[in-house]
Amino acid sequence: MTTVEDRPASPPAEAPRRPNPLLALLRNSWRQLTSMRTALILLFLLAVAAIPGSVLPQRGVNPENVDRYFVEHPELAPQLDRIGAFEVFGSVWFSAIYLLLFTSLVGCILPRMRDHLRALRARPPAAPKRLDRLPQHTVLEAPAAADPAAIAAVLRRRRWRVQVRGNEVSAEKGYLKETGNLLFHTSLVAVLIGVALGSWYGWHGNKLLVAGAENAFCNTRQQYAEAKLGPRVDSADLPPFCLTLDGFDARFLPSGQPASYRATVTVDRPDGSDRRTADFAVNSPLRLGSANVYLLGHGYAPILKYTDRYGRSQTSTVPFLTSGDANLTSEGVAAFPDANVDPVTGRRDANQQVAFEGLYLPTAPDTAPFVSSRFPEERNPAVVLAAYRGNLGLDAGIPGSVYQLDQRQVTSGKLTQVGDKKLAPGETWTLDDGSKLEFLGTKRYITLSVRHDPGEKLMLGACVVLLVGLMGSLFGRRRRVWFRVTPPDSGSPTGGSSLVSAGGLPRTDHPGFAEEFAQLVAAVRDDGRPDRRAREGVE
Amino acid sequence: MSAVSDQLVTFAILVYLIAMISHAVEYALGNVRAVSARVAPARELVGAGVGGAGVDKVDGPVADAPAGTPPPTRRSRSAGRARLAGRIAAGLTVLAAALHLGALVTRGIAADRMPWGNMYEFVLTVTWIGTAAWLVVLWKRPALRRLGLFLTLVMVLLLAFAELKLYVPVVPLMPALQSYWFIIHVSTIVFSSGIFLLGVVPAVSFLLRNGYEQGRRSFPYTLARRLPGAADLERLTFALHAFAFPIFTFAVIAGAIWAEAAWGRAWGWDPKETWAFISWVVYAGYLHARATPSVKRNVATWIAVLGFLTVLMNLFGVNFFFTGLHSYAGVE
Repeated sequence: MTTVEDRPASPPAEAPRRPNPLLALLRNSWRQLTSMRTALILLFLLAVAAIPGSVLPQRGVNPENVDRYFVEHPELAPQLDRIGAFEVFGSVWFSAIYLLLFTSLVGCILPRMRDHLRALRARPPAAPKRLDRLPQHTVLEAPAAADPAAIAAVLRRRRWRVQVRGNEVSAEKGYLKETGNLLFHTSLVAVLIGVALGSWYGWHGNKLLVAGAENAFCNTRQQYAEAKLGPRVDSADLPPFCLTLDGFDARFLPSGQPASYRATVTVDRPDGSDRRTADFAVNSPLRLGSANVYLLGHGYAPILKYTDRYGRSQTSTVPFLTSGDANLTSEGVAAFPDANVDPVTGRRDANQQVAFEGLYLPTAPDTAPFVSSRFPEERNPAVVLAAYRGNLGLDAGIPGSVYQLDQRQVTSGKLTQVGDKKLAPGETWTLDDGSKLEFLGTKRYITLSVRHDPGEKLMLGACVVLLVGLMGSLFGRRRRVWFRVTPPDSGSPTGGSSLVSAGGLPRTDHPGFAEEFAQLVAAVRDDGRPDRRAREGVE
Repeated sequence: MSAVSDQLVTFAILVYLIAMISHAVEYALGNVRAVSARVAPARELVGAGVGGAGVDKVDGPVADAPAGTPPPTRRSRSAGRARLAGRIAAGLTVLAAALHLGALVTRGIAADRMPWGNMYEFVLTVTWIGTAAWLVVLWKRPALRRLGLFLTLVMVLLLAFAELKLYVPVVPLMPALQSYWFIIHVSTIVFSSGIFLLGVVPAVSFLLRNGYEQGRRSFPYTLARRLPGAADLERLTFALHAFAFPIFTFAVIAGAIWAEAAWGRAWGWDPKETWAFISWVVYAGYLHARATPSVKRNVATWIAVLGFLTVLMNLFGVNFFFTGLHSYAGVE
């Protein structure tokens, strides 16, 4: 006795053709994956999985907010980080969902494509035996001359695909629905390929560019504050060009709301050739062919001249960053690590370094507190600075922000505050050790994003196809009609004329089909009939 | 001009409110058969909107009324009154839509641009699109008039919310919005959102009515006693969503093209973009579910309702709870 014989329910014929269980498992899994139910569940999961990407800060969107989240939720944040919650759209689980979805999609559309290609070449199917069982049915009395060929001609004129078989005419229309549907789904795959191309072969970097030729920037990896190169891009692949900010024009409404921004730059190659000037603005980036330059933001860089106790002076132009304040209250730090070098010994004392930290207010209020600007333009500019002396901690080799003092040095007492002051342009502040700080004025700076994304053209093309396909898919309607000509029957009440029975079948939801069918039948009935009006009068 | 616009909004809310009350009266008085019997009453909306003149004429052909019309009992008198109330409600909706449009136009003139620069203006436009699309539906399918109760309710709530919570004075556009893509992207987003907003009315009505037709008589289902048939509601739900979905798709693509020019990337998972993606996926799910015979129609319709919730989340939730690049709402 074998186990197979223990199962009388299974038909005996199946036993010898029992497939390899592994193959069966694979095939069943594939069927499951490509079923509509699975696709719907995956779509739903995709939507749900995207939600944390909007609720939690994302590294790709705003890395500063992620850092702040780590500070505010020191317990929870590392846990969330482990499951990729701060990089949802690059996380394993999000990728798994959309890759499964796209696999399911491909598995679904490939067989449908094959079927559709077959259907496009196939002839409309033969008429069912009982046309009166179809959703649309009518019998019309026609003259003896009404033959299948004439009916076929009427249908062809109305762009039906027609097949005549003996006394039957089959016709089908609306292949565009499935064509559109397949185009739509195929172009989704193309969009995904475009995204992949962009992330492999694309690169981008952010740069803060202060006005003036001495601050010019050239497109190399080292010059970016932050840059991201796709895995297939090498630093040497970056196109060579340099940018100099010549001018920046910002206009504001009396309320302080910005009205327009425009940056004027000089573009050239590193060797100085191909020099030209160009304008660009928000919404109209500088397109260089090999890369695009986008204007993201702007601000002011105070020029500070520090004269140390030995009388040696250094000038520093320091971009102060805005913290999202519409009136451009900005924060920054000017560090002078090489201050107070003893001219006799030539030795640099690491504990006599100087830094100034504080705010820049384009329009300072008339009275204290001087903590926020009143207007984004420079109507009453002032820096409000605190001076620090001691070890800045720059020599420790630990990377730190150039926009903030190392707070560890302050709390450990290695760096101490030695006073604070508000300075208008041209004013000089003499510190307790006799050294001086002069506020010379400001320069404009802009923040730029420089990008190259080779997948964009493919994505754009795919999106156009996607839309066209979507329209066809949603508004196309597949339907079939059949006409059967019954030869004159002498015994019939109609006498010598033949009977034409017609049936119609909408293959998709089509509320207007009854009307279309009626019109079609009327056209067949009246085809080539000069006395149409007279006949209708009789009826 | 700005003040005119504000007053027109107030008037529009009032007229929507009165239209809602008229619909409620119609609802309370009417009975189902009186409505379902009237299959092809043409142009009644125009008659009601232009003035009383046309109303009497279309009253005559109560098209497919059964041959043996019952004598004028108390019941049919109240049905007549219900019909009158419904017509008044439809006429008032036309009036409210006109005031509403006037408010938009004057707001646009006051600002010297398209009135879509902040959340207040956005909600004002989306609701107007919803009403306008409803009037088109009403014209083509007068039998669905009772849905007007829910529509006017939604309008009153949204407009009052916009007026009370979202109002901002007229200001010019931020530099980031100064682009022709502003018109292309925002108009299509507004338009598709308006149709989705309208689409949720038959969707919810279908869910109620479907339950009612399956014999449920507990609370929310009893509301559906006098609604049009479930199959009609379901078809309308699908038609509206199938109409809005490609427009929404186009709007998102236009937004991506604009984002490339403005921010340097077509898609960056900004909260607004993320929720647009979620909405798109959910509505795509609805269309697939609707096209799959094995999925029940009420399951599919629930997906459409869920889709609308994501649209609402994108409009209100994202503007209030998250900051991102799309922070133009003016609701800090």
